[in-house]
Amino acid sequence: MTAIKEKFQKAKVNGEGLLIGYITAGDPTPEQTPKIADALIRGGVDILELGLPFSDPLADGPTIQEASLRALNAGTTPLKVLDIARQIKAKHNIPLVVMTYYNPVFHLGVDSFLSQAKTVGVDGFIVPDLPVEEASAYQKAAKMHKIDTIFLATPATSNDRLRKIVDSSSGFLYLVSRFGVTGAQTSVTDSTLQLIKHVQPSTVNKIPLAVGFGISKPEHVRRIIAAGADAAIVGSAFINIIKDNIQDLKAALVELQAVATELKSASKL
Amino acid sequence: MKLSSYPIDGKYGKYGGRFVPEILMEAILELEKAYSIAKADSSFQQQLNYYLTQFAGRPTSLYYAENLTRKLGGAKIYLKREDLAHGGAHKINNTLGQALLAKRMGKTRVIAETGAGQHGVATAIACAALGLKAVVFMGTDDCERQRLNVFRMKLLDAEVHPVESGSKTLKDAINAAFRDWVTNLESTHYLIGSTMGPHPYPMIVRDFQSVIGKEIKQQFIAATGQLPDALVACVGGGSNAMGTFYPFEDDTNVKLYGVEAAGEGIASGRHAATLAAGQEGIFHGMYTYIIQDQNGQIGNTTSISAGLDYPGVGPEHSFLKTIKRAEYAYINDKEAVDAFLMLCKAEGIIPALESSHAVAYAIKLAPQMRRDKTIVVTLSGRGDKDVETIAKYTGAQI
Repeated sequence: MTAIKEKFQKAKVNGEGLLIGYITAGDPTPEQTPKIADALIRGGVDILELGLPFSDPLADGPTIQEASLRALNAGTTPLKVLDIARQIKAKHNIPLVVMTYYNPVFHLGVDSFLSQAKTVGVDGFIVPDLPVEEASAYQKAAKMHKIDTIFLATPATSNDRLRKIVDSSSGFLYLVSRFGVTGAQTSVTDSTLQLIKHVQPSTVNKIPLAVGFGISKPEHVRRIIAAGADAAIVGSAFINIIKDNIQDLKAALVELQAVATELKSASKL
Repeated sequence: MKLSSYPIDGKYGKYGGRFVPEILMEAILELEKAYSIAKADSSFQQQLNYYLTQFAGRPTSLYYAENLTRKLGGAKIYLKREDLAHGGAHKINNTLGQALLAKRMGKTRVIAETGAGQHGVATAIACAALGLKAVVFMGTDDCERQRLNVFRMKLLDAEVHPVESGSKTLKDAINAAFRDWVTNLESTHYLIGSTMGPHPYPMIVRDFQSVIGKEIKQQFIAATGQLPDALVACVGGGSNAMGTFYPFEDDTNVKLYGVEAAGEGIASGRHAATLAAGQEGIFHGMYTYIIQDQNGQIGNTTSISAGLDYPGVGPEHSFLKTIKRAEYAYINDKEAVDAFLMLCKAEGIIPALESSHAVAYAIKLAPQMRRDKTIVVTLSGRGDKDVETIAKYTGAQI
């Protein structure tokens, strides 16, 4: 059983949802990311999603675009991201997922990069610009290195494609809550809740369902878990805290931990 | 396998494909379906043909550049005059086609990216003519160097969104357009301006642009009774070149030359010669050659010509390069400007800086070929938009 699967099973037994936290590795610097991860994990983040910054993140809104730029300007490279992952895994026994666009992985060699990622303890990958149709080499390498392949489903996904995506996914299914790019929103709309109810029958007893894009407040987490999701993914809300406290990392860490604590308690229905 | 039968399953050999966020998959599958129905529908083709002839001024002429030929003393040079098409460039061939397709699909809003502004202008023109709302994304650097085109788009009732992020040029305008598209999928068609992006775009744009090559073939045969020996076209994303080459892909005696922008020189690292100096990778939805660093981050490009200033290239060009059906050369800023000036003086034609790269290569090529040989250069656009840039480059006062 993979670490991610195990985490979801435990949560199910406890009757709670999981909190998945996303941060861009290397934002604001590669040295600070492990400390930021510490704060989030202390606060209650169950699975950490580490963004490997890409120069042209076309599925991301301004928050993650800027975080990627800060990280790249601070000299973050794919190998540094793996080193950050190693540091985090050395300290915490939680599942760690790398999210990145396909070109950096492809450029470094899909098999070789996944193998290196496994060595440092990475449990899964999310590659938002790699749809299932183009993913056979990646899936083969991931299977060989026992890395979960987390694919995305969206409000635009047909039932036909949803089946294919569920079949190709391991770890969890990443359900995009709405049309648009990543970024914190003020509310979770009814259409997101309907979407969860629509998708859930295709995932139940097959794969955990995690919902992301626009989730930033405890109330959002509560509503999507109540609607049937197994996990809530929060990213831009954490990154905004880092950005707002860029001169004072200590203050950022305190706030990140507090916000993670609130979000986590909202996942326990 | 005939080369003209590509793409097969969305791919040109191993290049192409659909590397897009899942949220776009249904939209591009819907587009592929709508296009294949429209392509087979004679009423769609008639409608497109009506607009191309009555509105855009096609066919454009194939002009024998006698003065230039004499000056160079080699192969005969012919110019395919896309600069005479409505809007001043070949871009209108594609925007009319896709705007008509968007209407068939029930879309009311069209978004587009633009570098030099020519595709933005052509999108604005097609949308105004067909009653669609046009929104154009353009890097702030490009807005500055092509400000006349920004104003033209506004006159044509398009909204222009300056893009501040990244390198502030074409690639960032494309990122911004994709981000808008995923937010407004229901109402909006993304009218990609070159033979790039995820399948079916490289195919759709090539097909609409291949009117260039089809006309060249007819006109050249009518004038000389045979096929030309060589075709030369500039390559940024590669749409005027693909439109020129495609109808000749299976005529293996016709040599195909694509000309990239070498900016300040390949060795300087400040260029946009993707096929010459890039590596294979995945960017903007396609598997193709890309200018990137050792970590797979997309590189910045430099060219005096905003329309060639792009770190990717259409996947079919990567394919034609790999199988050696086409040869890809490069021309630096200075050579392009020299060619621009030479064509102005020799022929009374002001070419776009993009097209000047093709002219510059023909100037090198012609003297190496016998006088009974022939070259067709696609003059993809007119250079009125570039006169400020030329003045600045040559130190002239306007």
